[in-house]
Amino acid sequence: MVPISYYLVLAAILFSIGVGSFLIKRNVITIFMSIELMLNAVNLTFVAFAHMWGNLSGQIFVFFVMVVAAAEAAVGLAIIISIFRTRETLSVDQVNLLKL
Amino acid sequence: MTPMSPHLLWLIPLLPFAGFLANGLLGRKLPRSAVSGIALLCTALPLALVAWLVATFHAEHLLSLMTGHHAWIEISGFQVPYSLAVDHLTLVMLTVVTGVGFLIHVYSAGYMAHEEGYWRFFAYLNLFMFFMLTLVLAANFLLLFVGWEGVGLASYLLIGFYFTKDAAANAGKKAFIVNRIGDFGFLLAMFLLISHFGSLSFASVFAQVSMHPALQGGFLTAIALFLVLGATGKSAQIPLYIWLPDAMEGPTPVSALIHAATMVTAGIYMVARCHVIFDQSPFALGVVAIIGAATAIFAASIGIVQTDIKRVLAYSTVSQLGYMFLACGVAAYSAAIFHLVTHAFFKALLFLAAGSVIHALGGEQDMRRMGGLRHRIPVTFWTMTAGVFAIAGFPPLSGFFSKDEILYQAFASPNPLGKLLWAVGLLTALMTSFYMFRLWYLTFFGAQRFEEHAAGHTHEAGHDDAHAAHSHGVHESPWSMLAPLVILALLAIAGGWIGIPKALGGSNHFEHFLDPVFARAAEPLSTVPVSYTLERILACISVLAAVLGLFLADYFYRRRPDAAAKLSRSFSGLHTTLLHKYWVDEIYAKIIVMPLMMLSRYVLFYVVDKGVVEGSAATAAAGTRGLGSVLRRMQSGNIRSYAGWLAVGAALLLAVTIFGRAILVRF
Repeated sequence: MVPISYYLVLAAILFSIGVGSFLIKRNVITIFMSIELMLNAVNLTFVAFAHMWGNLSGQIFVFFVMVVAAAEAAVGLAIIISIFRTRETLSVDQVNLLKL
Repeated sequence: MTPMSPHLLWLIPLLPFAGFLANGLLGRKLPRSAVSGIALLCTALPLALVAWLVATFHAEHLLSLMTGHHAWIEISGFQVPYSLAVDHLTLVMLTVVTGVGFLIHVYSAGYMAHEEGYWRFFAYLNLFMFFMLTLVLAANFLLLFVGWEGVGLASYLLIGFYFTKDAAANAGKKAFIVNRIGDFGFLLAMFLLISHFGSLSFASVFAQVSMHPALQGGFLTAIALFLVLGATGKSAQIPLYIWLPDAMEGPTPVSALIHAATMVTAGIYMVARCHVIFDQSPFALGVVAIIGAATAIFAASIGIVQTDIKRVLAYSTVSQLGYMFLACGVAAYSAAIFHLVTHAFFKALLFLAAGSVIHALGGEQDMRRMGGLRHRIPVTFWTMTAGVFAIAGFPPLSGFFSKDEILYQAFASPNPLGKLLWAVGLLTALMTSFYMFRLWYLTFFGAQRFEEHAAGHTHEAGHDDAHAAHSHGVHESPWSMLAPLVILALLAIAGGWIGIPKALGGSNHFEHFLDPVFARAAEPLSTVPVSYTLERILACISVLAAVLGLFLADYFYRRRPDAAAKLSRSFSGLHTTLLHKYWVDEIYAKIIVMPLMMLSRYVLFYVVDKGVVEGSAATAAAGTRGLGSVLRRMQSGNIRSYAGWLAVGAALLLAVTIFGRAILVRF
C-alpha cells in the first residue's frame, strides 16, 4: 500500500510545475497546458483523499473537474486560434492591448 | 376697547420684519412712493398696537403680559423658550422706539428722496425696527441678545449705507468690531447665568437672585461686570465709545434713530432690566456710575471743539448716555429711563434738525461754513432752538427735569462718591449747555460763512448726503421733514412734564409708572431723608450752570467771535488734545489694533495659515503623490506578474493557515 503522502507530494510537485511554467512561459499554448497540469494535480489529491476515506464523492468531483476542463479547453483553444488569426502571435507579452 | 391678546405682541416686531422682506426682496422694482408707503405702514401699525397695549395696561391695571412659552432650545433640562413679555419698562421703551421710529421714517421719506438705494435704506430701517422691538420685548436674555446683535447688524448696514465711500465703510466695520467686544462680555454673562441659574429667562433668574441674595455676591458681581462690558459697547461708554462718533458717516436719519434715540440706549435698558442683579452688587453699580460720569464729562469736553455739526451731536449723545449710566449706577433706574425718553425726543430732534440744516446747505456739515441761517430756514431754526434749550437743561423743557432728577439722585445717593458724581455731572451740564449754544450760534447767528450759490455744489468727498445734485441754494426742507421736527420739538418741550418731581410741584408720574418694575430699587433711597429744599437748591444750581453755558457761548461765538480763537491759541496744547479727542483712537490703534494686526500677519498668517494649514495640505498632497508613484509599479498590466502576485498571496495564505496557529499557540 502506497502511503497517502506520496500521492500528495506528487500532486504538490505537479501543481508547482504548473504554477512555475504558467509564470515563466510566454506561449499561450504552454500556459494552457500548465493550467491543465494544475487541474490534474488537484484531481490527484481528490482521488487520493477519496481513496483514503473510502468516500466516492471525491472521485465524482474529479469527473466534474475533467468535464469542465474539457469544456474550458475547447473554449480556450478557440480563443487562442482567434487571437492567432488576428495578431499572428502566440506570445502573451504581445497581447497587451488592455495595458495602459 | 377690547383688551389686547398676548399673541398680538408678536405682530409688533414682525410687522417691520414683513416690511423689511417686502422692501428688501421687491423694493428694487417698486416706485419710491410704494417703498416708503410699505415702510411707513410697517412702523405705523406697531405704533398703533403699542398705543392699544398701553390702553390695555391702563384699563386693566396690568403689571405684565406674556406670550406663551414655545420651546426654542431644549437640551437635557435646560430650555430657552421664545417668548415676549411686556411690563411698564417695556411699555416705555416700546413707545419711544415705535413713536420716534415712526417720526424718523416720515422724515426719511423726505430726506432720502433723492438718494440712490432708497428701497435699501427703508428695508434696513425696518430691519432695525424689527430687531429693536425684539430686544425690548424679549422675555429672556437669549432673545434679547438676538435683538442686540440684530440692531448691531442693522447699524452696521446703515452706517455703511454709502458703502462706496471709504470712510463710511470703515466706520461701519469699526462700529461692528467694537460692538463685538461688548457682545463678548454679554455672552460670558449669559454663560455664567446658565451655569449658575440654569436658566436665561428674566423671571426665573431674577426670582432666584432675589431669593438668595447673600449666597451669590461674587458671582453676581462677575455677571454684572460682564453685562456692563456689553452695555458699554452698545451704549458707547468708555472704553468702547469710539465707534459712535464715526458712525455719523451714516445718513442723518440713521444717526437720529439708531445712534441717538434708540439703539444706543439698549445698554441702559439692559442694565435697568437687570437691576435685580445690579442691586445685589454695589461694586458693579459703582463701576457703572464711574464709567457713566467719566464718559459724560470726557465726551462733553471733546464736543466743545468739534466743528462738524453731526460730530458735536454724536459726542453729546455719548455724554448724555453717560448721564443715564450714572443714573443707573446710583440705582436711580427710573431717572435713567426718564432721561432716556427725553433724550430720545430732543436728540432725535437735534439730529433731524441738523439734517435739515445739512439738507438746506446741500451737504455742508462744517459749522465754520454755516452761520446766519436763522431767517433762511425758520422752522428748522425754531425747532432746533427747542432742542438746544431742552438738552441744555432750561426749565420747563424736558431735559431739565430728567437731568435734574439724575443729578439729585446722584447727590442724594448713599454711594460715597455721590457728591463727586454730582459735581462731575454738573460740570458736564455746564459743558453741554456751552457746546450746544456754540452749535446754535455758529449755525444760525452771525455772519453767513458760505457762498450762496456754491452752497449747493460744495459737496465734499468727506461728507455724506449727496444732496448737491438737487440743491438750489439755501432752502427750507419739505414738510415731510418739518412735520416730524415740529412734533419732536413739542415733545422735547413738554415730554418732561410727565416726570415733574414733587419738589417742583409735580407728582412724578413717570417714576410711579415704573414703580412696579423698579420697586426694589427704590428702597435704598428711602433711607436718605427726603428734603425738598435740597432738591430745589440743586435744581437752581443746575439751571445756573445751563445759563452760564449760554452766556459763555454767547460771549465767545456771538459778541466776540475772535475771543474763541484767541482762547484756543493760548491753550493750544489743550485745544489740540481736545481736537484730536485725547488721541484715544490713536492710542487704541497703537496698543490694540497694531499688535493684533502684527499677530494676525506674522503669526496667524505666515506661521499658522501659510505654515501649518497650507503646509499640511501640501505635505499630504506630496505624500500621496510619492506613495502613488511607488504603488503604481504594481499595476504593470503584465498578466503574468499579476498571476505571480496571486501565487505569492495564495502561498502566504497557506502559510498562515498552516503555521499561524502554531505561532499563536507559542505566544
